[in-house]
Formats: sequence, structure tokens, C-alpha cells
Amino acid sequence: MRFLDLSAISDADKQACEAIARDAGVNLKDCYQCGKCTAGCPLAESMDLVPREVIRYLQLGAVDVVLEAKTPWICAQCVVCSSRCPQNVDICSVMRAVRLASKHAGKRPVPEADIFDDEFIANVRAHGVSNEQYLAAAYNVKSGHFVQDMGNATRMLKRGMVGVAMHNTKGRANVAALVDRALAADSTRRAQADEGKGGEA
Amino acid sequence: MSRIGVFLCYCGSNIAGTVDVEAVAEMARSLPEVVYVETNKYTCSDPGQEGVKNAIIEKGIDRVVVGACSPRMHEPTWRKLLADTPVNPYMLEVANLREQCSWVHKDREVATAKAIDLVKMAVAKVARLQPLHSIEIPVHKKALVIGGGIAGMQTALDIADAGFQVTIVERETSLGGKMVMLDKTFPTMDCSACICTPKMSEVGNHPNITVKSYSEVENVSGYIGNFEVTIREKAKFIDYNLCTGCGACETKCPAKVTNAFEQGMSQRTAIYKMFPQAVPAKPVIDAEHCLKLTTGKCGVCSKVCPTGAINYEDEDKLTTETYGAVVFATGYKLIDWKPLYPEYGGGKYEDVITGLQFERLVNASGPTEGHVLRPSDRTEPKSVVIIKCVGSRDPNKGKAYCSRACCMYSAKHAHQYLDKVPDGKCYVFYMDVRTPGKGYDEFYMNTLHDGAQYIRGRVSKIYKEGDKLICKGEDTLTSSQVTVSADMVVLETAMVPADGIDELAAKFTVGRDADSWLVEAHAKLRPVETNTAGIYLAGTCQGPKDIPDSVCQAGAAASKVIGLLNKDALQSNPQISRVNETLCQGDGACVNICPYGAISIVEKQFRENSRKVVRPVAQVNPGLCQGCGACTVTCRAGAMDLLGYTNESIMREVDALCQW
Repeated sequence: MRFLDLSAISDADKQACEAIARDAGVNLKDCYQCGKCTAGCPLAESMDLVPREVIRYLQLGAVDVVLEAKTPWICAQCVVCSSRCPQNVDICSVMRAVRLASKHAGKRPVPEADIFDDEFIANVRAHGVSNEQYLAAAYNVKSGHFVQDMGNATRMLKRGMVGVAMHNTKGRANVAALVDRALAADSTRRAQADEGKGGEA
Repeated sequence: MSRIGVFLCYCGSNIAGTVDVEAVAEMARSLPEVVYVETNKYTCSDPGQEGVKNAIIEKGIDRVVVGACSPRMHEPTWRKLLADTPVNPYMLEVANLREQCSWVHKDREVATAKAIDLVKMAVAKVARLQPLHSIEIPVHKKALVIGGGIAGMQTALDIADAGFQVTIVERETSLGGKMVMLDKTFPTMDCSACICTPKMSEVGNHPNITVKSYSEVENVSGYIGNFEVTIREKAKFIDYNLCTGCGACETKCPAKVTNAFEQGMSQRTAIYKMFPQAVPAKPVIDAEHCLKLTTGKCGVCSKVCPTGAINYEDEDKLTTETYGAVVFATGYKLIDWKPLYPEYGGGKYEDVITGLQFERLVNASGPTEGHVLRPSDRTEPKSVVIIKCVGSRDPNKGKAYCSRACCMYSAKHAHQYLDKVPDGKCYVFYMDVRTPGKGYDEFYMNTLHDGAQYIRGRVSKIYKEGDKLICKGEDTLTSSQVTVSADMVVLETAMVPADGIDELAAKFTVGRDADSWLVEAHAKLRPVETNTAGIYLAGTCQGPKDIPDSVCQAGAAASKVIGLLNKDALQSNPQISRVNETLCQGDGACVNICPYGAISIVEKQFRENSRKVVRPVAQVNPGLCQGCGACTVTCRAGAMDLLGYTNESIMREVDALCQW
């Protein structure tokens, strides 16, 4: 069980929660905690906080709880929650925004998800398209799960579902530029936000 | 020898489908004193009724048995039919062959046997009935409204506008009730006093309304159309014919008394008006605190009064008048939370206040002139905790019921606080948010967007640390224990019935529930009537309500009263209890059981064994008796009889059933 001193929650923490909500294009006050997001979530049983609780902690300003939560990293971004929310709260976007904020704060509640993210982006950046066999191999090596796909890999190779050939798109330089631009824009924005926060303090 | 006619109905196939009606008719023809039996496909149809009427006249029938649907359905039809014939409308018995026979049985043989029994019983009973005649009860075209809050004022205005005289009895020195204490009303945020005071002056100036302020009901007797009510007007010590309401006396009075209107947050003088817009706009002297009346020294008010209106010799006045109808609009008060909730400080923390105190704190004419300042040090609280359901939904410490208005009331308080203190923080602890009203949920959602932090859970304890009030609770939405350090705490306390309601309701024999709310005649279909004819309910005396619901019920009660007062006389139901004075022991068991207060014990003179003796006997008031029959089964001596359902006629029915 957690203990929260609501009066001790700092303005900075509240602003951090607001920033996440802004990032996701959501007004946290819209959520009235009905639980329909959690009810439909296919991954809720694997999560440490259910989706509703993530929104609730953001409402309370308890940003640390949210940044350390595994839930946003487990979220499959299937958008069931957002599509069914009676108040039009885009919970799915909140999960994405929390994940970015968490990564930016140097936290890795689910390291595998972080590794997979990085490898996926690197893979797409290099080839213009995801080459799943190499992505899987790189992920398995970096995450230490060396043998996890051995059984499947041989069968998939035999049936021709994956191959050793590397696919490279013609416009992969453009894709790489696109990825770089997006990553650069995100870090600039976050750096500015951090400065602004520092300036206020 | 009586001449009984039996009329049996097929009701299409409703009865005839399961009951062999012709077999029942054949049996009926063999019964003693039955001179005519007829069957009909639909007896209640116009030709069916015409046939019954003709048969009665042609065959010289003097008692009628109808075997058809439930008497709840068509007994009034048959009584009306008999009124057009020489037969008395009460020489009638309905055998219920449909709801209690054909509809509940499948076996034709069994159903027919039962129908035969039912008709036998009805014939046996009707042979012993006596003709009954209703009496006319005159109606006094004047209404009494008890309570001058928004419900009472609305009722009085609606009745008076229909052209009837109304008297309002108000216990306090002014009309207005609780509504005039409120600052704003949800969800429109109308200024409460601005919409309430025009009603007050409309009532005060209405030619058909008499306002008796500072008055209470002393005594009641009588019944519907004829309530004789004695009203005690407490001594005001001021001649209202002379007083101009200039207020000079109030500025000079040296006595200082806790101001109840301001919820104890300021002081008033001993000669006082409740608030500036009071109606009547004239002061009274509070005899308990006036120096002249308690010590004999002072008399400043009489010296400064320019019209000589002060009269220290004034006494309570009793007046008795007759009213045709009475409306209870006695309202509510807030539960005394202090002895119940030691965990919230039990009153030892000055900055733990009630919702009504908060209303006065944000009111421009309140003790702080509308600035939100906490009572202890008159500083602006930067953090306020609002706790809902204090005394409500708490059967252990308070009441089991929901007080209905507090969810909106607390949303309004949060909104008002954040409006007046934009940099303040407001936390609302709640179990549920119940907003079933037009525009209510929208108002609540707006309050959330104003920045009120709603925390789902009850506060377990409030304690002091420095000048902060620490509230310990749970956020059940995250299963976290939470604390808030607040500058001020507002408790949204439960509504309970006004003081003295038990005694007042007992005087009028109006029923109360376990929490002393007055009980309506039927929870769904007769919501403004009481079980005592001629007495109606308006507003929160019946249960917790908000203002729109109170006004709505007030209008409904008024329309019932107008309907009653429009009649010149009422036809009484002649099926009432009768006392056999020879058997009556005068022990009063019937008086105790009667739910309508219709029976009293009187001393009466009798000749017994050639001697005059005086002994107590029961007496039934025909205006109050509703013919429920409770007294007839209670009376040990068998002295009580219900006309139309006499002990003898019921025994005859049982006999008929037992003759094989």
C-alpha cells in the first residue's frame, strides 16, 4: 500500500503531470474514474497499475509513481481504452507520453521494452523498413534472452516465413532523416522544458 | 324476508374460461331468499348495467350480489348504479370471481366449486346488511400552512392565488427558513436571498395570506374540512401596529447574544430582526437575554423608540380558528455532528465548520462580508478540505439515508471557494457523487475543471499540527492512504427533521418514520397526502430535498388543498366503526390502535338496573374514521363493529362456507 501526503505534492510534480497530459492532448480532469479503460484492457492482468490508476496518479500529481510504473511499458497501444472512454480521454496517448517522459527521466521500469524500442527504431532507421529477423536477433542479444526464439526460428526459416536476406528500401535515407528529425525535435523540446522548469525554480 | 338478486358475469372468457358460470347460477337459484339470478357476458357494459337496473325494479329486488371482477375495480360502478334504483347503495356485496378465482386457477372443476362458495358467502352476507347513508361534512374554506420556509411560502402563495384564505405559522421571527441563509443556489448560482426575499414580501403583502411569525401550533382538534387549531403567538414585546421598523432600538441595545442566523459566527442584540430583509420587517425582544426583562434595568429601546411601540408587559397570545386543510412545511435542521464525531474534533477545532456556516462565510451580508476568512484567526484559508456524508449514510453514528442535496451543495462550496480564493487548494472527500437533477452533473464536472481535487474515501480523523488541520483519509481509487493539511475543514452534515416535529405531528396524528420524517400516504402514488385526510406535506418535512423538489412538492400540496377547499361539503364514507355502548368497557384499547386518532373516550350517563351510572365509553369521530377495522379486532369486549363489515355479517359468511 502506498502513502501519499497530498499537501506535500510539489507544484513541479503537478506541472510534470500536466505536461504529460498536454503531450497526450488530454485534460486529466475529464476522467471520472469509471474504469472502462481497465475493463477492456487485454494486458491489464500483467500490469502493476491498471490503466485507470495511471490516470488517477496523474490527477493527484504523483508523477514519480507514474514514471516508475511498468504499465505504460507493457501497454500494447491497441487503443481499446481510448476508443471506449465515455469522456473521450485518450488513455492510449497518455501511456505513450508517460513512456517518453519516463525514458527522458532516465527510468527503465521494463528494460526489455526500452531495448526493443531502441532496436526497432535503429532497425528502421538503417533499412527504411523493419527486418524482423535481425531485430529479433539484436533484441535477444541485448536483453540477454539468447535462446528465446531458437525453437521458432528454425521452423520459420524452414517454412520460408523469414530469411537471411536483408531488405533495404530505396528511400531509406529519407526514412533515416525523418527519424533523426523526430528524435531531435523531441530532445530539443524536452531540453527547453527542463530549462523553463530550472528558470522558474 | 329479503329479496336478493344475483348477477353473474362471464367477463368475456376471463371468468367463463375457467368457471362454469351457468353451474354457479344454477346453484344460486337454490339459495334461500334469492329471487332472481342472471348471467351476462359483460355485466359492466351499458346494456349489462341496464339489465341489472331493470331486473331490480321488475323483480322488486332489495339486496344485490354481483359475481364479477374485484370490488377494487367496479364496486364504485355498482354503488352508483344502485343509487339510481330504490336499493340502498350499501346493500351490495361483490363476489370476486376473477382476480381471486378464475385468474388464479387452472382446473375448471375446482374453480367452479370455489366460485360457488364465494357466491354462497356473498349471499349470506348481503342478507344481513343494513342500509347506510353518508353524511355531509362542511368544508371551512381556509388553509393553515405550518412553516414559512420556501416550501411553506410557495404552498401559501399558490393557495392564496386560487382565492382562498391562508394562515402561515412561522416559529422564527421572520419568513425565509433555511433558503434565505444560503448564499447561492445550485446549479444556476442564483443569489439565494435575491430569489427568496421577493417571495417573502409577496407572502407578507398578499391580501389572502395572514403571517403569524414567532408563533407555534398549541392545540388541534377536528378533522378534514374542520380543523380547530389554537396558535400561540409568542410575546414580541413590540406593538406591530405602532412599530415602523426603523431599527433605532437595535443600534442602542447593549445586550449581546450569539447570532443563530449567522450560525453562531457573530453576535446580535436582544432586540433584533433576524436579518435585514426579514418579513415582517419589525424586531422582537428576546426575553431570555433582554436586560430590562431579566434584571429590570435598562429600557434603552423604549427611550429611543420614536413611536412608543415597546411594551415590556406583552404576553403570549392564543387564538383559535377553524381550517379546512393543513399543510406541513416544517423543514429540516442540520444534524448536531459534534457529539457524534469526536474523530473530527467534536467541535474543539474552531476551523472545522458546517456547510451552513460556510454559506454565511461567503455571503456578502454575512459575518465576514463575503470574504472567506476562517473563524479562528480571520485569515484566508489557502487549503480547504470538504467532507461529505457527515451524519448521512452512517447508520452507526448518524443516519442511514442519503441527504440528497449535499453532493451538489459541496460541489457548489468547492466552486465558490476556488472562485473567491483562486490560489487556494480544495479537496473534496466523498463516497459517491450523486447528481440526479437537471444540469447537476454538468455543474459537478465544471467544479472538477475549476480545480477541485475529489478524493474518493471518508476522512478517518482530523487532528491539529501547529495551525494546520491534518485530515487522514484514503484515496480508494489508488488504495493509498492520504493526508491533507488544511487551513479549514467544511463538514457537509446530514439533514434531520426540525426540532419538535414529533410533538407537532402527534397533535395532528400524522405518521413519522424511524427518523421522524413525516410519512406520505403512498410512497409513489400519494406523495403529498398523509394518512390523515385533509393534511398534506410540502418540502423537507417529508424527507431530505433540494429547493426545486421542495417548491415542486409545495405546488402539488397546494393543488390538493385547492381541490379540497373548492368543495362546499364532503360526502363521508358511511362504512365506519360504531360502538356498542352496552358492551364497551371504556378501556381505550381502540383509542391506542386507531391510526387516525378518530376514537376518544368520553364519560356518559346510562341507566343500568334502574340506577343512573356514569361510565367511560368510546366515541368514534365520523369525520376522522377511515373504516380500517383495526378497532373491531382489538376490542376485547366485541363492542366495536365496522358498518358494512359487521361481526355478524362476517360470521354469516364463515357459516355459509362451512355448510357442506
